[in-house]
Amino acid sequence: MTCHAVARPREEALGTSYRTIAVVGPPNSGKTTLFNRLTRLRQKVGNFPGVTVEHHTGYVRDSEGHEVALIDLPGVYSLTPKSEDEKVAVDVLTGQMPGTPHPDAVIVVLNSTNLHSHLVLAGRVIALGLPTLVLLNMADELRKQGGHVDVLSLARQLGTPVALVSATTGEGIVAVQNFLSSATASPEPLELPVVGSTRGYREWAVKVGTNAKYRRPATPVWTQRLDSIFLHRTWGAIIFGVVVVGVFQTIFAIGQPLSNLLQHFLDVSGSQIGNHLPQGMFSSLIVNGVWKGTGSVLVFLPQILLLFLVIGILEDSGYLSRAAVIADRTMSRVGLNGKSFIPLLSAYACAVPAIMATRTIESKRDRIATILIAPFMTCSARLPVYTMVIAAFLPNRPVLGVFLGTRALAMLGLYVLGFLMAVFTARLLKSSILKSKDAPFILEMPPYRWPTLVSLGLRLVDRGKAFLYRAGTVIMLVSLLLWAATNFPMHRGQPPAVQDSVVAWVGHAIEPAIRPLGFDWKIGVGLLTSIAAREVIIATLGTLNGIDPQSHAVDLQAALKHELTPAGAVALLVFFAFAMQCMSTVAVVRRETNGWKWPVLQFGYMTVVAYVAAFAAYNIVGHFIH
Amino acid sequence: MIFNFIFGRRKKQRKHRASALADLQLGESAILGDMELALPVAEHLMNLGFVPGLEVTVARSSPGGDPRVYRVEGIEVAMRRDLSRHIHVELLGAPAFGD
Ligand SMILES: Nc1nc2c(ncn2[C@@H]2O[C@H](COP(=O)(O)OP(=O)(O)OP(=O)(O)O)[C@@H](O)[C@H]2O)c(=O)[nH]1
Ligand SMILES: [Mg+2]
Repeated sequence: MTCHAVARPREEALGTSYRTIAVVGPPNSGKTTLFNRLTRLRQKVGNFPGVTVEHHTGYVRDSEGHEVALIDLPGVYSLTPKSEDEKVAVDVLTGQMPGTPHPDAVIVVLNSTNLHSHLVLAGRVIALGLPTLVLLNMADELRKQGGHVDVLSLARQLGTPVALVSATTGEGIVAVQNFLSSATASPEPLELPVVGSTRGYREWAVKVGTNAKYRRPATPVWTQRLDSIFLHRTWGAIIFGVVVVGVFQTIFAIGQPLSNLLQHFLDVSGSQIGNHLPQGMFSSLIVNGVWKGTGSVLVFLPQILLLFLVIGILEDSGYLSRAAVIADRTMSRVGLNGKSFIPLLSAYACAVPAIMATRTIESKRDRIATILIAPFMTCSARLPVYTMVIAAFLPNRPVLGVFLGTRALAMLGLYVLGFLMAVFTARLLKSSILKSKDAPFILEMPPYRWPTLVSLGLRLVDRGKAFLYRAGTVIMLVSLLLWAATNFPMHRGQPPAVQDSVVAWVGHAIEPAIRPLGFDWKIGVGLLTSIAAREVIIATLGTLNGIDPQSHAVDLQAALKHELTPAGAVALLVFFAFAMQCMSTVAVVRRETNGWKWPVLQFGYMTVVAYVAAFAAYNIVGHFIH
Repeated sequence: MIFNFIFGRRKKQRKHRASALADLQLGESAILGDMELALPVAEHLMNLGFVPGLEVTVARSSPGGDPRVYRVEGIEVAMRRDLSRHIHVELLGAPAFGD
């Protein structure tokens, strides 16, 4: 078979069209915003450099209806990668990424408010010799802040089509369609008079910019004003603290009543369903297995969404980069730097994307250290567990008026606990197996931008869907299996008493190991199932509680009080703060570190720490409270 | 008094005419000079817009005084003292006072 046989006949007739187009550009220039607009996908966008760390493919149609693959890439400052995410971008661009075709054209997305620096990258990409479209993004900001550039002159000088666009408003985006249709036109290669060095490129870029009458816009006033507060030498740290405390109070003060409402609704609907079903096994399966199990997790939806809303505001506004600067000093004490702070903060949502986000950390050792400590940060899956246990054992009283209550304070304490353990572990790692010289800390500050309601809303919708999906799959499955296991072995056609079921049998088998922590067999079963995912323990307790006639009538919180002493409750919280009960995290650590060594070490370490700390907590607290 | 103040300043500026970015006070500006940094780090800074010959301003400082945020042509970049110490700057305005 010759090569000719595989040529695409239709396209030969119609002339060629691009098949794969890479979207490259400096970090935070709006590549993903453009990609989402063109492909109607919803990849993550955020106002800080390093949001995208993987390549994503989407499809657009050119004017003749051909499908063209568009590849969104992580941002790069040059074509010499310094970190994993930059390597992904450069590998895809140069056709060295396995499983991704060599792109046959490139769209370069630049920030038009920062043209001189960004043209350097454009020059380097154009020099690769692929058909290129240069988009000067953020036209809206350029105009508003009084900047100017002559697009035609730029196009003439670069020898490529150039357009001034705004990926958020859609202005000028037709340029992309025109580019797709121009694929047949023979490209006219233009020798760019550039030398290889960065300085040479820069001189060239300034000359090109000057010829195109580029006028740099004024620095946005609001960014100046906000930074004079957020990065104030004294106020900066105080505001940082206030932001953090405020977040917790919000989650409790607004989230809790919403959760209670949802709980009430689920309880009522559960008993309605029960009334309509014939009594028996099936009704028990639906009401006790599915409804009680899954429902007990579902009620935490409002709190989870609130948390994601807050994180979304931090990410979209541009405050995250400032927080990283403020945190750098603390991070430097443990041998890391402010760059590690960004993934760690996103670990408050979930460790999985956080571990992916460590790709932006240039130093390999710092990256591994950050991966290893990320699961200590309190992720959203711990939130339901914390909320439930705290609400069951701690009455809410104001501590600082409306600003902080006892429950929010306890929650804050647990977050701090996880953070401290992360810091301690980082220190341990960075002074032993991952010791290295301080990596340089260089971080660009994006301008502040208003988080748009649409973008925040879409995030919440996506998050809500993911949460419901998890409740409908993993959690429901575990609930069902548990229900089944509590109903066997059958005794003369009747389900056994819970104490005689397979579940109790398993629970009792591990009880000796967890008794020293103050946990009984039911909690033990919960710990086992929560290895799949943390919040599964709630579904498990919900199901066990729903089936057990002793606790059937009362709600989960009341049942929990029956299950645990206050000291046992503290031990449970501490255990959850430290243990790595999350298979998705183990899997992503394996992938990101290319092997089993680190995830196994991490899992072992975290389990031991959790066990020892829970044991200590149980005994110490038990000494004071009975 | 004012005379003294100006003179005092001038003397100080003269003494530090060529100094490091780290020595600048918050709010002060200067002209970027050479960087005594590992090549990849220097290249990275240049790609961000920190090119010798451009004006740099100490825009912000984190609560502890390190890292600080520097501004060049509207781009703001945070770095620690361990880098800014190795970036030479030429103070602005000193020649304007006349020598
Ligand atoms: N005003 C304005 N903001 C924009 C425009 N395009 C993107 N943004 C904002 O710029 C920020 C960065 O956008 P992204 O699309 O995440 O940028 P990116 O280039 O993919 O960034 P990385 O993945 O980090 O390299 C977001 O806050 C966007 O809302 C635009 O045309 N105008
Ligand atoms: Mg992106």
